Amino acid sequence: MAQPSTAGTAVPHDAGHAKIFPPLDATTFASQLLWLAIAFGLLYMLLSRVALPRIGEVIEERQERIKRDLTQAEQLRGQTDAALKAYEQSQADARSKAQGIAKEMRDKLAAVSEQERHRVDAELAAKIAETERQIAQTKTRALASVNDIAVATAGAIVGKLLGQEATPEEVRRALPAQPAE
Amino acid sequence: MAAGSAQGTGMPDPIHQFEIHRIIPLKLFGYDVSFTNSALFMLVAVVLSAGMLIYAMRDGSLVPRRLQSTAEIGYEFIANMVRDAAGEQAMKYFPLIFTIFAFVFTCNMLGIIPGAFTVTSHIIVTAALAALVFVTVLIVGFAKNGVHFLKLFVPSGVPIYILPLVTAIEIISFLSRPISHSVRLFANMLAGHITLKVFGGFVIMLLGTGSFAALAPLPLIGAVALTALEVLVAFLQAYVFTMLTCMYLNDALHPGH
Repeated sequence: MAQPSTAGTAVPHDAGHAKIFPPLDATTFASQLLWLAIAFGLLYMLLSRVALPRIGEVIEERQERIKRDLTQAEQLRGQTDAALKAYEQSQADARSKAQGIAKEMRDKLAAVSEQERHRVDAELAAKIAETERQIAQTKTRALASVNDIAVATAGAIVGKLLGQEATPEEVRRALPAQPAE
Repeated sequence: MAAGSAQGTGMPDPIHQFEIHRIIPLKLFGYDVSFTNSALFMLVAVVLSAGMLIYAMRDGSLVPRRLQSTAEIGYEFIANMVRDAAGEQAMKYFPLIFTIFAFVFTCNMLGIIPGAFTVTSHIIVTAALAALVFVTVLIVGFAKNGVHFLKLFVPSGVPIYILPLVTAIEIISFLSRPISHSVRLFANMLAGHITLKVFGGFVIMLLGTGSFAALAPLPLIGAVALTALEVLVAFLQAYVFTMLTCMYLNDALHPGH
Protein backbone atom coordinates (compact mmCIF):
# COMPACT_ATOMS: atom_id res chain seq x y z
CA MET A 1 0.00 0.00 0.00
CA ALA A 2 1.70 3.10 1.14
CA GLN A 3 5.08 1.50 1.09
CA PRO A 4 7.32 2.77 -1.62
CA SER A 5 7.63 0.39 -4.49
CA THR A 6 11.07 -0.83 -3.79
CA ALA A 7 12.27 -1.41 -7.27
CA GLY A 8 10.71 -0.79 -10.61
CA THR A 9 12.12 -3.83 -12.25
CA ALA A 10 12.30 -5.85 -9.11
CA VAL A 11 11.59 -9.49 -8.86
CA PRO A 12 8.06 -10.35 -7.74
CA HIS A 13 7.57 -10.30 -3.97
CA ASP A 14 7.56 -13.95 -3.23
CA ALA A 15 10.13 -14.86 -5.75
CA GLY A 16 10.55 -18.56 -5.85
CA HIS A 17 7.12 -20.05 -5.86
CA ALA A 18 4.12 -19.02 -7.88
CA LYS A 19 2.10 -16.30 -6.25
CA ILE A 20 -1.24 -17.41 -4.86
CA PHE A 21 -4.23 -15.14 -4.90
CA PRO A 22 -3.97 -13.86 -1.28
CA PRO A 23 -7.59 -14.49 -0.18
CA LEU A 24 -7.16 -18.14 -1.16
CA ASP A 25 -3.78 -18.57 0.47
CA ALA A 26 -4.51 -21.27 3.02
CA THR A 27 -1.31 -20.65 4.96
CA THR A 28 -2.81 -17.47 6.40
CA PHE A 29 -6.11 -19.08 7.39
CA ALA A 30 -5.05 -20.23 10.83
CA SER A 31 -3.80 -16.81 11.81
CA GLN A 32 -6.86 -15.05 10.46
CA LEU A 33 -9.23 -17.45 12.19
CA LEU A 34 -7.48 -17.13 15.52
CA TRP A 35 -7.33 -13.36 15.42
CA LEU A 36 -10.89 -13.14 14.12
CA ALA A 37 -12.01 -15.23 17.08
CA ILE A 38 -10.08 -13.00 19.46
CA ALA A 39 -11.27 -9.74 17.89
CA PHE A 40 -14.87 -10.84 17.47
CA GLY A 41 -15.00 -12.30 20.97
CA LEU A 42 -13.55 -9.14 22.42
CA LEU A 43 -16.02 -6.98 20.50
CA TYR A 44 -18.90 -9.20 21.60
CA MET A 45 -17.81 -8.88 25.21
CA LEU A 46 -17.44 -5.13 25.03
CA LEU A 47 -20.73 -4.59 23.25
CA SER A 48 -22.91 -7.07 25.10
CA ARG A 49 -21.53 -6.24 28.54
CA VAL A 50 -20.89 -2.51 28.32
CA ALA A 51 -22.10 -0.60 25.29
CA LEU A 52 -25.44 -2.16 24.37
CA PRO A 53 -26.96 -2.36 27.88
CA ARG A 54 -26.01 1.26 28.38
CA ILE A 55 -27.66 2.39 25.13
CA GLY A 56 -30.72 0.25 25.81
CA GLU A 57 -30.96 1.67 29.32
CA VAL A 58 -30.83 5.26 28.10
CA ILE A 59 -33.42 4.65 25.39
CA GLU A 60 -35.66 2.83 27.84
CA GLU A 61 -35.29 5.61 30.37
CA ARG A 62 -36.23 8.19 27.77
CA GLN A 63 -39.29 6.23 26.67
CA GLU A 64 -40.26 5.76 30.29
CA ARG A 65 -39.93 9.47 30.88
CA ILE A 66 -41.97 10.35 27.81
CA LYS A 67 -44.66 7.90 28.82
CA ARG A 68 -44.72 9.29 32.33
CA ASP A 69 -44.95 12.85 31.09
CA LEU A 70 -47.74 11.95 28.70
CA THR A 71 -49.64 10.19 31.46
CA GLN A 72 -49.21 13.20 33.69
CA ALA A 73 -50.36 15.55 30.95
CA GLU A 74 -53.38 13.33 30.35
CA GLN A 75 -54.16 13.37 34.05
CA LEU A 76 -53.84 17.14 34.24
CA ARG A 77 -56.09 17.53 31.26
CA GLY A 78 -58.64 15.31 32.97
CA GLN A 79 -58.44 17.52 36.04
CA THR A 80 -58.89 20.64 33.94
CA ASP A 81 -61.90 19.11 32.23
CA ALA A 82 -63.40 18.18 35.56
CA ALA A 83 -62.84 21.67 36.94
CA LEU A 84 -64.37 23.21 33.86
CA LYS A 85 -67.36 20.90 34.13
CA ALA A 86 -67.78 21.73 37.81
CA TYR A 87 -67.60 25.41 37.04
CA GLU A 88 -70.21 25.11 34.31
CA GLN A 89 -72.37 23.02 36.62
CA SER A 90 -72.20 25.58 39.40
CA GLN A 91 -72.93 28.35 36.91
CA ALA A 92 -75.99 26.50 35.69
CA ASP A 93 -77.04 25.87 39.29
CA ALA A 94 -76.68 29.52 40.17
CA ARG A 95 -78.69 30.53 37.14
CA SER A 96 -81.53 28.18 37.90
CA LYS A 97 -81.46 29.23 41.56
CA ALA A 98 -81.64 32.89 40.57
CA GLN A 99 -84.57 32.13 38.33
CA GLY A 100 -86.23 30.29 41.19
CA ILE A 101 -85.73 33.23 43.53
CA ALA A 102 -87.08 35.68 40.95
CA LYS A 103 -90.13 33.55 40.33
CA GLU A 104 -90.81 33.14 44.03
CA MET A 105 -90.49 36.87 44.56
CA ARG A 106 -92.80 37.58 41.66
CA ASP A 107 -95.37 35.14 42.99
CA LYS A 108 -95.17 36.63 46.46
CA LEU A 109 -95.58 40.14 45.19
CA ALA A 110 -98.48 39.10 43.01
CA ALA A 111 -100.15 37.45 45.98
CA VAL A 112 -99.64 40.53 48.15
CA SER A 113 -101.08 42.89 45.55
CA GLU A 114 -104.01 40.57 44.96
CA GLN A 115 -104.77 40.56 48.67
CA GLU A 116 -104.51 44.35 48.81
CA ARG A 117 -106.90 44.62 45.90
CA HIS A 118 -109.39 42.40 47.64
CA ARG A 119 -109.11 44.46 50.78
CA VAL A 120 -109.62 47.74 48.91
CA ASP A 121 -112.57 46.27 47.02
CA ALA A 122 -114.20 45.19 50.25
CA GLU A 123 -113.57 48.56 51.82
CA LEU A 124 -115.04 50.37 48.84
CA ALA A 125 -118.05 48.10 48.83
CA ALA A 126 -118.61 48.83 52.52
CA LYS A 127 -118.35 52.58 51.95
CA ILE A 128 -120.75 52.41 49.04
CA ALA A 129 -123.23 50.51 51.11
CA GLU A 130 -122.91 53.02 53.98
CA THR A 131 -123.38 55.98 51.63
CA GLU A 132 -126.42 54.40 50.01
CA ARG A 133 -127.89 53.82 53.41
CA GLN A 134 -127.31 57.51 54.35
CA ILE A 135 -128.88 58.67 51.08
CA ALA A 136 -131.92 56.54 51.72
CA GLN A 137 -132.18 57.89 55.28
CA THR A 138 -131.92 61.50 54.10
CA LYS A 139 -134.53 60.86 51.44
CA THR A 140 -136.91 59.36 53.98
CA ARG A 141 -136.34 62.25 56.27
CA ALA A 142 -136.93 64.77 53.49
CA LEU A 143 -140.12 63.08 52.41
CA ALA A 144 -141.32 63.12 56.00
CA SER A 145 -140.89 66.91 56.31
CA VAL A 146 -142.72 67.58 52.98
CA ASN A 147 -146.15 67.56 54.84
CA ASP A 148 -145.03 70.01 57.47
CA ILE A 149 -143.74 72.35 54.80
CA ALA A 150 -146.96 72.00 52.85
CA VAL A 151 -149.03 72.72 55.99
CA ALA A 152 -146.94 75.78 56.79
CA THR A 153 -147.16 76.98 53.23
CA ALA A 154 -150.86 76.39 53.03
CA GLY A 155 -151.33 78.25 56.35
CA ALA A 156 -149.34 81.17 55.03
CA ILE A 157 -151.38 81.23 51.76
CA VAL A 158 -154.65 81.08 53.72
CA GLY A 159 -153.45 83.92 55.94
CA LYS A 160 -152.69 86.08 52.92
CA LEU A 161 -156.05 85.33 51.29
CA LEU A 162 -158.29 85.62 54.32
CA GLY A 163 -156.26 87.92 56.37
CA GLN A 164 -156.52 85.48 59.18
CA GLU A 165 -154.05 82.83 59.78
CA ALA A 166 -155.16 79.24 59.98
CA THR A 167 -153.56 76.99 62.53
CA PRO A 168 -151.66 74.05 61.27
CA GLU A 169 -154.20 71.72 62.79
CA GLU A 170 -156.91 73.35 60.74
CA VAL A 171 -154.87 73.10 57.58
CA ARG A 172 -154.06 69.52 58.29
CA ARG A 173 -157.61 68.68 58.76
CA ALA A 174 -158.48 70.42 55.55
CA LEU A 175 -155.94 68.55 53.59
CA PRO A 176 -156.63 65.12 52.12
CA ALA A 177 -155.05 62.18 53.65
CA GLN A 178 -151.40 62.12 53.12
CA PRO A 179 -150.41 60.25 49.96
CA ALA A 180 -148.11 57.34 50.17
CA GLU A 181 -144.61 58.02 49.48
CA MET B 1 -2.15 2.68 -2.80
CA ALA B 2 -0.15 2.09 -5.89
CA ALA B 3 2.70 -0.15 -5.13
CA GLY B 4 4.48 -3.22 -6.33
CA SER B 5 4.62 -2.83 -10.07
CA ALA B 6 5.34 -6.19 -11.52
CA GLN B 7 7.15 -4.68 -14.43
CA GLY B 8 8.71 -1.29 -14.90
CA THR B 9 5.96 0.19 -17.04
CA GLY B 10 3.34 -2.33 -16.10
CA MET B 11 0.07 -2.03 -14.26
CA PRO B 12 0.37 -1.62 -10.50
CA ASP B 13 -0.67 -4.92 -9.03
CA PRO B 14 -4.34 -4.62 -7.92
CA ILE B 15 -4.03 -7.79 -5.84
CA HIS B 16 -1.22 -6.52 -3.73
CA GLN B 17 -3.60 -4.80 -1.32
CA PHE B 18 -4.99 -8.15 -0.22
CA GLU B 19 -1.67 -9.57 0.82
CA ILE B 20 -1.16 -10.47 4.42
CA HIS B 21 2.12 -9.54 6.11
CA ARG B 22 3.38 -10.88 9.36
CA ILE B 23 3.91 -8.17 11.93
CA ILE B 24 4.71 -10.38 14.91
CA PRO B 25 5.48 -13.94 13.87
CA LEU B 26 3.83 -16.48 16.16
CA LYS B 27 3.59 -20.26 16.09
CA LEU B 28 1.01 -22.31 17.95
CA PHE B 29 0.77 -26.10 17.75
CA GLY B 30 2.62 -26.00 14.50
CA TYR B 31 0.24 -23.47 12.97
CA ASP B 32 1.32 -20.06 11.83
CA VAL B 33 -0.81 -17.70 13.92
CA SER B 34 1.31 -14.60 13.44
CA PHE B 35 -0.08 -11.23 14.30
CA THR B 36 -0.62 -9.83 10.82
CA ASN B 37 -1.91 -6.66 9.20
CA SER B 38 -5.27 -8.42 9.02
CA ALA B 39 -5.25 -9.04 12.77
CA LEU B 40 -4.19 -5.47 13.34
CA PHE B 41 -7.14 -4.11 11.39
CA MET B 42 -9.52 -6.49 13.16
CA LEU B 43 -8.38 -5.08 16.47
CA VAL B 44 -8.56 -1.52 15.13
CA ALA B 45 -12.14 -2.20 14.09
CA VAL B 46 -12.94 -3.56 17.55
CA VAL B 47 -11.39 -0.60 19.32
CA LEU B 48 -13.04 1.91 17.00
CA SER B 49 -16.55 0.48 17.07
CA ALA B 50 -16.65 -0.42 20.76
CA GLY B 51 -14.77 2.73 21.73
CA MET B 52 -17.09 4.95 19.73
CA LEU B 53 -20.19 3.36 21.22
CA ILE B 54 -18.90 3.49 24.79
CA TYR B 55 -17.56 7.01 24.42
CA ALA B 56 -20.83 8.16 22.85
CA MET B 57 -22.79 6.95 25.87
CA ARG B 58 -20.48 8.43 28.52
CA ASP B 59 -23.15 10.91 29.61
CA GLY B 60 -26.18 8.86 28.70
CA SER B 61 -28.17 12.06 28.71
CA LEU B 62 -31.90 12.18 28.23
CA VAL B 63 -31.48 14.60 25.35
CA PRO B 64 -28.72 13.06 23.25
CA ARG B 65 -25.94 14.95 21.57
CA ARG B 66 -24.64 14.14 18.12
CA LEU B 67 -22.48 11.14 18.89
CA GLN B 68 -24.92 9.66 21.37
CA SER B 69 -27.69 10.15 18.83
CA THR B 70 -25.63 8.27 16.27
CA ALA B 71 -25.05 5.38 18.65
CA GLU B 72 -28.75 5.26 19.50
CA ILE B 73 -29.77 5.36 15.85
CA GLY B 74 -27.45 2.42 15.16
CA TYR B 75 -28.91 0.54 18.11
CA GLU B 76 -32.50 1.21 17.06
CA PHE B 77 -31.70 0.39 13.45
CA ILE B 78 -30.42 -3.10 14.29
CA ALA B 79 -33.02 -3.64 17.03
CA ASN B 80 -35.84 -2.86 14.60
CA MET B 81 -34.26 -5.09 11.99
CA VAL B 82 -34.13 -7.99 14.44
CA ARG B 83 -37.71 -7.41 15.60
CA ASP B 84 -39.11 -7.07 12.09
CA ALA B 85 -37.23 -9.96 10.51
CA ALA B 86 -37.05 -12.45 13.37
CA GLY B 87 -39.64 -11.40 15.94
CA GLU B 88 -39.51 -10.28 19.53
CA GLN B 89 -37.97 -13.53 20.84
CA ALA B 90 -34.93 -12.94 18.67
CA MET B 91 -34.01 -9.93 20.80
CA LYS B 92 -32.19 -12.45 22.99
CA TYR B 93 -29.64 -12.68 20.18
CA PHE B 94 -29.55 -8.95 19.59
CA PRO B 95 -26.04 -8.49 21.06
CA LEU B 96 -24.65 -11.13 18.71
CA ILE B 97 -26.35 -9.64 15.68
CA PHE B 98 -25.30 -6.14 16.63
CA THR B 99 -21.72 -7.34 17.08
CA ILE B 100 -21.78 -8.93 13.63
CA PHE B 101 -23.08 -5.72 12.10
CA ALA B 102 -20.64 -3.50 13.98
CA PHE B 103 -17.68 -5.69 13.08
CA VAL B 104 -18.51 -6.12 9.40
CA PHE B 105 -19.52 -2.50 8.96
CA THR B 106 -16.39 -1.13 10.65
CA CYS B 107 -14.10 -3.50 8.75
CA ASN B 108 -15.76 -2.59 5.44
CA MET B 109 -15.49 1.12 6.15
CA LEU B 110 -11.90 0.90 7.33
CA GLY B 111 -11.04 -0.88 4.11
CA ILE B 112 -12.01 2.16 2.04
CA ILE B 113 -9.25 4.25 3.60
CA PRO B 114 -6.38 4.19 1.12
CA GLY B 115 -3.58 2.01 2.38
CA ALA B 116 -5.78 0.20 4.87
CA PHE B 117 -6.34 -3.53 4.86
CA THR B 118 -9.85 -4.86 4.28
CA VAL B 119 -10.45 -7.70 6.70
CA THR B 120 -13.70 -8.69 5.02
CA SER B 121 -12.06 -9.10 1.62
CA HIS B 122 -10.76 -12.49 2.75
CA ILE B 123 -13.06 -15.42 2.25
CA ILE B 124 -11.88 -17.15 5.39
CA VAL B 125 -13.10 -14.26 7.55
CA THR B 126 -16.53 -13.99 5.94
CA ALA B 127 -16.82 -17.76 5.89
CA ALA B 128 -16.04 -17.92 9.60
CA LEU B 129 -18.69 -15.31 10.33
CA ALA B 130 -21.21 -17.11 8.13
CA ALA B 131 -20.34 -20.39 9.84
CA LEU B 132 -20.87 -18.75 13.21
CA VAL B 133 -24.34 -17.69 12.08
CA PHE B 134 -25.05 -21.13 10.57
CA VAL B 135 -24.03 -22.98 13.71
CA THR B 136 -25.95 -20.54 15.91
CA VAL B 137 -29.07 -21.07 13.79
CA LEU B 138 -28.68 -24.86 14.03
CA ILE B 139 -28.19 -24.80 17.80
CA VAL B 140 -31.04 -22.36 18.42
CA GLY B 141 -33.29 -24.23 15.99
CA PHE B 142 -32.83 -27.60 17.61
CA ALA B 143 -32.79 -26.24 21.14
CA LYS B 144 -36.06 -24.37 20.65
CA ASN B 145 -37.96 -26.82 18.47
CA GLY B 146 -36.23 -30.17 18.82
CA VAL B 147 -37.06 -32.45 15.96
CA HIS B 148 -39.72 -29.99 14.78
CA PHE B 149 -36.90 -27.86 13.44
CA LEU B 150 -36.68 -30.36 10.59
CA LYS B 151 -40.13 -29.19 9.48
CA LEU B 152 -38.21 -26.33 7.95
CA PHE B 153 -37.34 -28.71 5.14
CA VAL B 154 -40.85 -30.06 4.70
CA PRO B 155 -43.12 -27.20 3.73
CA SER B 156 -46.78 -27.77 4.49
CA GLY B 157 -49.35 -27.76 1.74
CA VAL B 158 -47.12 -29.39 -0.87
CA PRO B 159 -48.56 -32.34 -2.80
CA ILE B 160 -47.06 -35.61 -1.57
CA TYR B 161 -45.63 -36.67 -4.93
CA ILE B 162 -43.33 -33.65 -5.23
CA LEU B 163 -42.60 -33.45 -1.51
CA PRO B 164 -39.32 -35.41 -1.75
CA LEU B 165 -38.09 -33.08 -4.47
CA VAL B 166 -39.11 -29.96 -2.51
CA THR B 167 -37.49 -31.33 0.63
CA ALA B 168 -34.28 -32.04 -1.23
CA ILE B 169 -34.27 -28.52 -2.63
CA GLU B 170 -34.94 -27.06 0.81
CA ILE B 171 -32.06 -29.02 2.34
CA ILE B 172 -29.67 -28.00 -0.42
CA SER B 173 -30.70 -24.35 -0.14
CA PHE B 174 -30.29 -24.50 3.63
CA LEU B 175 -26.83 -26.00 3.34
CA SER B 176 -25.77 -23.52 0.69
CA ARG B 177 -26.74 -20.59 2.88
CA PRO B 178 -23.37 -20.14 4.56
CA ILE B 179 -21.68 -20.25 1.15
CA SER B 180 -23.83 -17.52 -0.39
CA HIS B 181 -23.81 -15.64 2.88
CA SER B 182 -20.01 -15.47 3.01
CA VAL B 183 -19.23 -15.21 -0.70
CA ARG B 184 -21.60 -12.28 -1.16
CA LEU B 185 -19.71 -10.11 1.33
CA PHE B 186 -16.27 -11.34 0.33
CA ALA B 187 -16.85 -10.88 -3.41
CA ASN B 188 -18.32 -7.42 -3.02
CA MET B 189 -15.42 -6.22 -0.95
CA LEU B 190 -12.83 -7.87 -3.17
CA ALA B 191 -14.32 -6.66 -6.45
CA GLY B 192 -14.84 -3.14 -5.21
CA HIS B 193 -11.28 -2.83 -4.03
CA ILE B 194 -9.81 -4.32 -7.17
CA THR B 195 -11.83 -1.89 -9.26
CA LEU B 196 -10.66 1.02 -7.15
CA LYS B 197 -7.08 -0.16 -7.46
CA VAL B 198 -7.36 -0.60 -11.22
CA PHE B 199 -8.65 2.94 -11.62
CA GLY B 200 -5.87 4.18 -9.35
CA GLY B 201 -3.44 2.22 -11.52
CA PHE B 202 -4.71 3.95 -14.64
CA VAL B 203 -3.82 7.28 -13.08
CA ILE B 204 -0.25 6.12 -12.45
CA MET B 205 0.06 4.57 -15.90
CA LEU B 206 -1.22 7.66 -17.70
CA LEU B 207 1.12 9.89 -15.72
CA GLY B 208 4.03 7.83 -17.03
CA THR B 209 3.09 8.22 -20.70
CA GLY B 210 4.18 11.75 -21.49
CA SER B 211 1.53 13.79 -23.24
CA PHE B 212 -1.24 11.35 -22.34
CA ALA B 213 -0.68 12.39 -18.73
CA ALA B 214 -3.25 15.10 -19.41
CA LEU B 215 -5.87 12.34 -19.35
CA ALA B 216 -4.80 11.18 -15.88
CA PRO B 217 -7.54 13.17 -14.03
CA LEU B 218 -10.26 11.13 -15.78
CA PRO B 219 -9.62 7.83 -14.00
CA LEU B 220 -8.98 9.86 -10.85
CA ILE B 221 -12.52 11.26 -11.06
CA GLY B 222 -13.71 7.71 -11.68
CA ALA B 223 -11.85 6.53 -8.60
CA VAL B 224 -13.41 9.29 -6.48
CA ALA B 225 -16.89 8.36 -7.70
CA LEU B 226 -16.17 4.68 -7.11
CA THR B 227 -15.01 5.46 -3.59
CA ALA B 228 -18.39 7.04 -2.92
CA LEU B 229 -20.04 3.93 -4.33
CA GLU B 230 -17.79 1.78 -2.15
CA VAL B 231 -18.96 3.62 0.96
CA LEU B 232 -22.51 2.72 -0.01
CA VAL B 233 -21.49 -0.88 -0.74
CA ALA B 234 -19.63 -1.11 2.57
CA PHE B 235 -22.78 -0.15 4.44
CA LEU B 236 -25.11 -2.13 2.21
CA GLN B 237 -23.15 -5.37 2.49
CA ALA B 238 -22.94 -5.06 6.26
CA TYR B 239 -26.71 -4.46 6.25
CA VAL B 240 -27.36 -7.41 3.95
CA PHE B 241 -25.12 -9.71 5.98
CA THR B 242 -26.94 -8.72 9.17
CA MET B 243 -30.38 -8.91 7.57
CA LEU B 244 -29.71 -12.43 6.31
CA THR B 245 -28.54 -13.38 9.78
CA CYS B 246 -31.87 -12.18 11.14
CA MET B 247 -33.81 -14.11 8.52
CA TYR B 248 -31.91 -17.32 9.20
CA LEU B 249 -32.50 -16.83 12.89
CA ASN B 250 -36.19 -16.35 12.15
CA ASP B 251 -36.22 -19.81 10.56
CA ALA B 252 -34.64 -21.22 13.69
CA LEU B 253 -37.25 -19.58 15.92
CA HIS B 254 -40.28 -20.21 13.72
CA PRO B 255 -39.53 -23.21 11.49
CA GLY B 256 -43.17 -23.72 10.47
CA HIS B 257 -42.90 -21.22 7.57
